Amino acid sequence: MRRPPDPVQVVKKRRDAALRALVAGVPYIDFLGIDFDRRGDELTGVMTFDDKLIGDPRLPALHGGATSAFLEVTAIIELSWSILWEEMESGRLDPATLDPQNLPRLPRTIDFTVDYLRSGLPRDAYARARITRSGRRYASVQAEAWQDNRTRPFAQAIGHFLMPGRDG
Amino acid sequence: MSTEDTPDPGTFIAALPHARALGMRLDRLEGGAAEISMGYAPELVGDPATGVIHGGAVSALMDTCCGAAVMSLPEAAGTATIDLRIDYMRPATPGQRVRAEAQCYHVTRSVVFVRATARDDDAARPVATATGAFTITRAEDA
Repeated sequence: MRRPPDPVQVVKKRRDAALRALVAGVPYIDFLGIDFDRRGDELTGVMTFDDKLIGDPRLPALHGGATSAFLEVTAIIELSWSILWEEMESGRLDPATLDPQNLPRLPRTIDFTVDYLRSGLPRDAYARARITRSGRRYASVQAEAWQDNRTRPFAQAIGHFLMPGRDG
Repeated sequence: MSTEDTPDPGTFIAALPHARALGMRLDRLEGGAAEISMGYAPELVGDPATGVIHGGAVSALMDTCCGAAVMSLPEAAGTATIDLRIDYMRPATPGQRVRAEAQCYHVTRSVVFVRATARDDDAARPVATATGAFTITRAEDA
């Protein structure tokens, strides 16, 4: 039997809590100062500028490793979020039970390739990922990062991931 | 990454804030090859359930090590990453130091092709490998 839809605030609270649990559980995401904005199921990664993200202080430019990690974090969170979203919206998973020690298992990166299109400026960066294939075992994800202009990405990436076993 | 002077092993990491924040250490640098290692630290963890460090931290190590290998070429005055591919073979064992070794295997007038391998204490089974293309600014052009 179909239950009536939950009030909008309840839905938002549930979704935001699930996203927070997913992101807050990973120390390296916190170390890089990455957070996620959510609009429905669409996520945008935000990496707030900090001096420790600098590679070459003389330019200054973001370190390629920080850019690469930002894209990889965005791809993994996008993928985990898509799994979580499905489980949550179907009612199979109660986000109230989620905490850093009790998260769905994360996808594992098989390989990740980054194109550095231009140097990253010393300011906030944004990224979105798109799942181009999501199978039972493997997934392919594209990601793109930009700063001031959405149409001028400073880095793009493609990665392949091993999906976590559904039975844990 | 990108630097302009020929690196001195003592100051190379100190000049790169992100590499310093990740606790990297330059272990060897000579004629197109570099070795850089990174100690295990709780803030690098990518999977709280296992304590394994995040792939992104390994990427940063690989990128820094490949860039250092380019800068160790006598003719190099500057470099930047064009692209870098990392293959993750297995999770690095929590608690262990990760050591990356990079080598420039082909150098053209404006591009250097670099390969790198990252290992933990079980050196026979690499944690990750990387291949990348890097720009090179030559001392005579700078």
